[in-house]
Order: sequence, then C-alpha cells, then structure tokens
Amino acid sequence: MIDKEKKTKAKKPKGPNKLKPKDRMKIPRQDMSAQDPKDRAHNFNEVPFGFTEEQALKEAARCLECPKEPCIKGCPVEIDIPEFIRLIISKDYAASARKIKETNSLPAVCGRVCPQEEQCEAVCITGKKGKPVAIGHLERFVADYERENNLVELPEIAPPTGRKVAIVGSGPAGLTVAGDLIKFGHSVTIFEALHKPGGVLVYGIPEFRLPKSIVQAECDFLADMGVEFQNSTVIGKMDTIDELFEMGYDAVFIGTGAGLPNFMGIPGENLIAIYSANEYLTRSNLMRAFDPDDYDTPIIRGKNIAVLGGGNTAMDAVRTGLRLGADNAYIVYRRSRIEMPARIEEVHHAEEEGIQFHLLCNPIRFIDDGKGWVKGMECLKMELGEPDASGRRRPVPIEGSNFTLDVDLVVVAIGNSSNPLIPQTTPGLDCNKWGNIIADDNSLLTSRKGVYAGGDIVTGGATVILAAGAGKKAARAMHKYLMEEVKK
Amino acid sequence: MIKVIENLQIGPMVWKMLVEVPRLVAKAKAGQFVILRVNDKGERIPMSIAGLDKDKGLLTIIYQVVGKTTALMTTVQPGEEISDCVGPLGLPSHVEKWGTACVVGGGIGIAPVYPIAQAYKEAGNKVITIVGARNKGLLFYEDEHKSVADDYYPCTDDGSYGHHGFVSDVLKKLLDDGEKIGMIMAIGPVPMMKVVANLTKDYNVPTWVSLNPLMIDGTGMCGGCRVSIGGETKFACVDGPDFDGHMVDFDLLTSRLGAYKNQERKAMKKLLEDPKCRLTKAVKEFKYPDEKA
Repeated sequence: MIDKEKKTKAKKPKGPNKLKPKDRMKIPRQDMSAQDPKDRAHNFNEVPFGFTEEQALKEAARCLECPKEPCIKGCPVEIDIPEFIRLIISKDYAASARKIKETNSLPAVCGRVCPQEEQCEAVCITGKKGKPVAIGHLERFVADYERENNLVELPEIAPPTGRKVAIVGSGPAGLTVAGDLIKFGHSVTIFEALHKPGGVLVYGIPEFRLPKSIVQAECDFLADMGVEFQNSTVIGKMDTIDELFEMGYDAVFIGTGAGLPNFMGIPGENLIAIYSANEYLTRSNLMRAFDPDDYDTPIIRGKNIAVLGGGNTAMDAVRTGLRLGADNAYIVYRRSRIEMPARIEEVHHAEEEGIQFHLLCNPIRFIDDGKGWVKGMECLKMELGEPDASGRRRPVPIEGSNFTLDVDLVVVAIGNSSNPLIPQTTPGLDCNKWGNIIADDNSLLTSRKGVYAGGDIVTGGATVILAAGAGKKAARAMHKYLMEEVKK
Repeated sequence: MIKVIENLQIGPMVWKMLVEVPRLVAKAKAGQFVILRVNDKGERIPMSIAGLDKDKGLLTIIYQVVGKTTALMTTVQPGEEISDCVGPLGLPSHVEKWGTACVVGGGIGIAPVYPIAQAYKEAGNKVITIVGARNKGLLFYEDEHKSVADDYYPCTDDGSYGHHGFVSDVLKKLLDDGEKIGMIMAIGPVPMMKVVANLTKDYNVPTWVSLNPLMIDGTGMCGGCRVSIGGETKFACVDGPDFDGHMVDFDLLTSRLGAYKNQERKAMKKLLEDPKCRLTKAVKEFKYPDEKA
C-alpha cells in the first residue's frame, strides 16, 4: 500500500494541498502570538507562543510546492522543507518532525534561533510576491508538537560497529555529530567542560528565547539513543586529544565553541560591573542568577545599562538586563542599524520591549565612581566612511563629539577569540593566525588524522545552524573514516 | 557526583575536605585549582589544590567559611556527595632548580603552598617555608610543612606561636641576612601578597603569587577572572593563577573581589537564619570581620 502510494506520488507530484497556487498566495503569513512587550520585559518566559494547529495548517498551505525547491538549498543542513510542510498539511505532525530530524537533530532549537530570513525564507518563491512561508515557525511547531505530545520515537540504530568516538563540547556542533554517529552504530561519548550539556544553547542563549527544558530534552533524547555525557570534564586539562586516542577512542570531534571574550582595550575596562557578554549571560542562563530565591549565583543588576555591540549576543544581553530590572537599557553600537549583525526579529523584539539604541556611537573610556565601580562611559559619535575588509562601511569618529552616558552596568558583546586549551595541548593540530582550528570545508578533517573540528572553534563566532551544519558534514566524513580506515 | 571522603574542621572556620577524583588527581600538578559546586543550585567556586594523593586518587581542599557556599560545604558528611569538581584548571606552578626556593603562606594560603613546596623540594631545592596567621589556632598543616621544609618559620600576629609578627618580617630578615633565594611563591590574603611582593622588589628576588579572582567556568570563556599584570589584562583561569607578583595590580584584584559583597552577605544571613539548615553551632556563630561584636 505504501509502496503503491509512493509510486503514484512519483508519477504525479501532487501533494495533500488541494489549493490552487493563486489561492495559496491569498493566505496571509501567520504571525506567532507573543507575550505583551510590557509584561515580558519583566519575566524570563519565552517571548513567542508558537503557532496554534490552525495557524500551522494555514501557514503550511501557503507553500507553493515550487519545482526548484530553493529553500532546501537555502538551509545549511538541507532539510526537505517542502516535504515536512506537506506532512503538516496531512496533519501528521510527528512524521513531519521526523522528516526534519533526518537532516537536523535539533529542530525545536533551530526553529527558534535560526536566522531563517537569511536562509530558507530568503529564497522562498512565495516570498517573491509577498511574504515567504514562515518555515522557522512551522519547524518549531512540529518539533514542539512531537515533544509535548510524547510522540518522540527513537530512530533506528545500526548494529554496534565497535568504533568509539569522543566529542569535545556539547553545543550544537557536538550534539549534531553525536546524534548522527550514534545512529550509525558507533559508541559516542561527549565531554563537556561545564556541569550541564548544551554549550551556548544553555549558557549563552537566554531562557526567553530558548527555554532550557528544550535543550535538556534534546540532550535526553541523545542519551536515550545511547550517547554518553561526561560533564565537568575539560579536555586539554583533564585529558588531551592524544590521551583520548590512548583511552581507545578511534576518532575525535572538537566542537568547543567560542573562546575568550574580547574586550575594547580602553581605560577602566576592569571596573566592577563591566562584564563580558559570556559572563553576564552565563550567570543568568546557566547559573540562573535571575532566580536568586532558588539559586546561589549572584549577578549585578544595573539601573542604567549599556551593552556594547550589535549582534544577537548583544540583543540577548540587553534584553536580559531589562528583565533584571534596568530602567534604561541601551545598545551602544559603532555603526548604523543596517550594519548590525543581529537578526531583524531580535532587534525588533528588543525595540518593542523599550531597548534604546545609541547607534554610531563608540565608548572611549569607562568612568570610575571612586569605589571601583563603573558609573559612566565617555563616548564618541561616529560617521560611516569607506567599506572595510568586512564589506561594511567603516565607522570614523567625529572629532569633538564626546559625550558621557551615565551607566552602572556595562556588558561587552563584541565577539570572542579562540580558546587555546586544545590547540596548546595537541601537537600537530594546525590553527590559523587567530587561533581557530583549520578544518577541511567538506570533511571538517583537521591536520591530525582522525581529528575533526567544527562550529565556532573553526569559523569564529557564527550561528547555531552553521555549527550544526558543520557537525552534519563531520559526522558523514567521520563515519566513512571509521568504517574504512579504522580496523576492528 | 563527587564522593567526599573526609570533611574535618581543623581550625576556627577552617575545614579540610578530601574528595575522590582519581582521574583529576592523576593529571593535577601543584599550583593548579579546581572548581566545585556543592549542590545543583549552588554557585561554582574555585579552590586551590592543597594536596594530591595520587595512589588513592584523593584531592585535598582546605577551605575557610566566608559565605553561603563554604558554609554549606561544612554540612557535607563523609560518604556523601557534592555535585561537581572540575579540573585541574589553570597552569601548574613553574618549578625548576634554583638552589633555594621559598614559599610564603598566609591564612588559608598555608594550604596551597604545601604542594608547591613539595614540588620545589622534588626539583632539588632547599625549601624555606614561612607561614603566618592571626593566632596559633589558625595555623595548620605544621606536620606537612615540616616534612618538606628545610627551614620552617611559623608566625602569628598576636605572638601566640612562632615569630610574633608578619611573614614579611621573617622574609625580610632572611634576605637581609644574605639568604640567596632563587624563587619566592606567596599565597594568601591579597594584602599579604602585596606586602611580600613590594618587599622583594627592593631585593630583586623573583616572586610569584597565586591569584584568586571570582570566576565561573575556569576555561577562559567568561572573562570574569580578569586581572591586570603589568598593565595588561590577563585571565587568571587560563593565563594563571600564578603571576609575577611585581607586576600584579593588587588593588584592582581587591576591588573586584568585593563585587558581590552585599549579595553574598544577604545569602549568608538567610542561610544562618534558616532553621532547616544543618550547620554546626560553630558555623552558625559566623561573623564577618567588620561585624564582630
């Protein structure tokens, strides 16, 4: 019966959507309802509520099922988007989630944090004459539906191959590699430096954007498949990469993520209440400092806070500051709005919540209150000059434009440089001049046999889905290596 | 989860905890540190390594009750578990054969200079150990230090034991008497490390100190532990914890250590008032130095 259906489908590519293209185009793009900005500025609950079933069905019906399917190519992990949407129209949501999971291990995460507007949705044909299909919202809907209704099924796992893999870091790259390699029948251990798995999904991205219960569910799912998690284990300190091989691992994946936070290098930067975004977010997210009645980690709560930077991390930090009680929460960014690397959706959410933007503005020194705490920031106004190496117009200071911003908390969110712990302790592992590990674009193989690397440790600060995409490629190459070159 | 083998009070507000972490102990070297979490809702706190039993896989931590987390540590019974102990973190202390090497330990710093003294001794140095505390009751680890040190000088602020005065007095006298010291490692309260470093600068004796800033992950990710060394910002967790004492901005370190003073006190007060908490009477009488009756 199933075979017969497949055959018919192959002959006549007509799915369950009976609407004519013209009528599909008439359906407006569905918006997720969200917490009111006034309320959410004071709590850590997730901002958008997600689609209702009715909304998901309406939105799915907007897909034109165009023959070229550009959305698949637009996705870093090449999810079969038209097919998962067809399964929504058939109301088989669990099957839809499983379809996504064939290529993306983390749909509930990616449905929330992927920049779809630059990827799948940017090339969506429906979007050529209107708004694109809300692919990200649909991905989130089916992943949540599957999880909340306990429909998650363990995928088929190949018979044990006898090969052992060590994964260093449990962020999006590591989790993806683990999910794929365990299915192939390899034995997989993830080593995590912190006490909880999830990497940036847990310490970096706030609860209001990605509830930690979702990350935990993804990790539990991997554990159920047989992945072993060794938390509180710092590779490069406890064991080196070479020692992992001595311990019997046949291949290693390094996905240690972003490294040491960058600071501005201006006077006063070590005053109290000047945090790196990593520290500020880790205190609030991983260590739950926003909930002092229940958790012990302290955090400084500013009344007037400035977050330096224009990326997603900056938006996360400034919105966290607002929720921790700031009266004024500023983004201070040296270029203009167009150059801001943050997702439009995040900037929009921040604006709705009352975040104030000081654009074309750059701090030159921090001012001491006389007791070692920051009380202000001297800034210069900027204007845009010629494009620089990154292609963005270079900000140039306007002479004499100095002004002081009164702030009692500053969060520096201007990126990270690489973490040296593994390169320092792994002879023969080649890095570029910034200290990022060099890995082949397709196989993610490093200069060391059997050692693969992906995610931010290779690319520098990027996105969750790019890290997951790298994990995908690495898993494929590692599987081939394990089966062809590791004799058992 | 990490098994606690022993948790003994060894002085007023000072405890010795032995935890079973064989893989960590096998790799750890003198001068490194670990990060502990007592329970699942607790904070992460860095602790110096105060002893390594490689055969039994046991790590010694000497801690002083200074707030909520350390107070909670005292309630853990042998055989019970704490949530985490991650490490070894930081770089090991630099060890070579200088001829004569000196360790200076003040207060709780008496503990971590012990494994360093051992390492100096194993490298073939004559080891001079100077330890100091407010009074005799606060001096500990005497047998351990005596077993390693060629010369051992205890000091107390009140003269109740050993030299009446500061560790820096003894060190100054040794230097004035012409003792040729190739390396000094000083660990203790920030004012003590500062005094020692200022003293030895005049004598041009290399002096290293182990810094204890606040930190979270201990792997370089958070940057909370930044310290200023010769005007340059360093991360104590990956670049240290040992630094050239002549280059350290001690005042900045002191200032940053006070960042959460009010929140810490509030949490401690709440704990002390909690009738359900199984703190011993001794700990329940905890007072901050500036609130002594």
